[in-house]
Amino acid sequence: MTVAVVKLGVGNTASVMFALDRLGAEARLTADPEEIAGADRLILPGVGAAAYAMERIKITGLREALVNFRRPILGVCLGQQLLFEESEEGGAATLGLLQGTVRRLPSSIAAPAPHMGWSRLAAVKPHPLLEGVKDGDYCYFVHSFACPIGEFALATCDYETSFSAIVGRENVFGCQFHPERSGETGRRILSNFLALPC
Amino acid sequence: MPARRIIACLDVKAGRVVKGVRFEGHVDMGDPVDLALRYRDAGADELVIYDITASAERRTIDYQWVSEIARHLDIPLCVAGGVRSIEQAISCLESGADKVSINSPALADPAFITALAEVAGSQCVVVGVDSRLVEGEWMTFQFAGAARAIKQTPRRMLDWIVEAKNRGAGEIVLNCMDSDGVREGFDITQLKAARARLSIPLVASGGAGAPDDFVDVFKEADVSGALAAGIFHSGATGIADVKRAVSTAGIEVRP
Repeated sequence: MTVAVVKLGVGNTASVMFALDRLGAEARLTADPEEIAGADRLILPGVGAAAYAMERIKITGLREALVNFRRPILGVCLGQQLLFEESEEGGAATLGLLQGTVRRLPSSIAAPAPHMGWSRLAAVKPHPLLEGVKDGDYCYFVHSFACPIGEFALATCDYETSFSAIVGRENVFGCQFHPERSGETGRRILSNFLALPC
Repeated sequence: MPARRIIACLDVKAGRVVKGVRFEGHVDMGDPVDLALRYRDAGADELVIYDITASAERRTIDYQWVSEIARHLDIPLCVAGGVRSIEQAISCLESGADKVSINSPALADPAFITALAEVAGSQCVVVGVDSRLVEGEWMTFQFAGAARAIKQTPRRMLDWIVEAKNRGAGEIVLNCMDSDGVREGFDITQLKAARARLSIPLVASGGAGAPDDFVDVFKEADVSGALAAGIFHSGATGIADVKRAVSTAGIEVRP
C-alpha cells in the first residue's frame, strides 16, 4: 500500500511521516498530482494558514487530484479544515468536500487561544476509523479555528464551544487534533485509517 | 482549558542533557534520546529540547538530534536554542519539531516573531522569556543559558509578553530565573501577573521541586502547562507522581 502525504510547503510534516514509519507504512511526501492520484491513501497535513495552504494547492495544481480522490483521504488539523467549504481564516474558499464554514475560536484571558493541549473526545460514533477509540480519550490539539458539527461528525470536542474533532463521510476523513502526536489514541486512529477498505 | 500539561524539558549542552542551578554550574544528566524516551513512557504531555548555549555561541540547534528524538515520539515536541532565522525554524519543523521556541533572537528583532508566524502559523511559534526581578520590576534577559553572555534588556517582562502575543506568538514560556533550579516552587506572583495579561497559553518554568508545586501553580496562577527539568532527570520526582498530585487536587490532567 502506498500512502501519499501532501507537501504544501513548510510545516511539521516530518512528525506525520515518522508516525507512518512507526506503523510500517510506506509513505511518500509529495506535491506531484499524479503520484497523489495514484496513492492508496492520502493524508493532507496542516500547514500554516488556510488561505496560504489554498494558494499552495492552486500553485501546485493539486486541487483536482484532492477533490477527485476516491480512496480514503485524511485531513489533519488545518487539513481537516480545508475539507470544508470556506474558512474565516483569511476568508479562504476551501476544498468543499464537506458542508460548512470553519470559524475562529473565541479567545479571551479566561479561555486562551490557540486551543493548545490534550482534550477529551466526546460523542464518539461507531466507525471503523474509531475502532478501539472511546469518549474521554485524550488527543493533542493545536488550533485557532474550528470545524462545524454536522452529520459527518464522528467525534466532537469542547473548548468554549463544541466543534468536530473527527469527521468522516464516505471516503473523506479528518482529525482536528494531531493523531501523530496523540499517543496511543492517535496511533490507533492512524492504524485504523490505513486499514480502511478502499 | 484543556488538561493541564506537565512538560519535561531537556537542557542540552554539547550533546548531553545538563542541569544547572540558577542557570549556572551545569551537571551531566545523560543522553537526550534516552531521557526523551523515558519521559514519553512516563506520561509527559510534551517535551522541550533546549540547546542552552546555542544562542550565546552564535549557532543553532542540531537538526540531526531533533530528528533522532522526534522520530520516536508520539507526543508534541518543542525545540529551542539559537533559532534566529526563518530557515532555521523551518529546518526544525521539517526535522520533526512541532513548535519552535525563540527567545534571545526575538528580543533582538521582535519582527522575527511576526515573520515566523506568517510562514509557520502562530501555533508553531513559542516565545521563551527569561525574567528576573530588578529593582522591583520583572526585567527580561538575553543569553540566559550561558553565565558569561547573559545580558539584561530594557524590556519589562509584562510589556514584552503582550508585545510577543500581538506579534503572533502562539504560546509564552516564562522562565522565572530567580526560582530556577532552586526547587522551592514556581514563582506564583510573577506567573499570576503574566497570566492576567495573556489570551494565549502560558507555561510556567523554573522552580519545580515537588508534586505540590505543580498543584500550586495550576491553582494559583492558572497556567496552561508547567515545565520542569531537574526534578525529573534526577529521578527525585516522577511525572506520574506529579500527575497523581495534580489530579487528586481536582485539576484535570491526562492520565
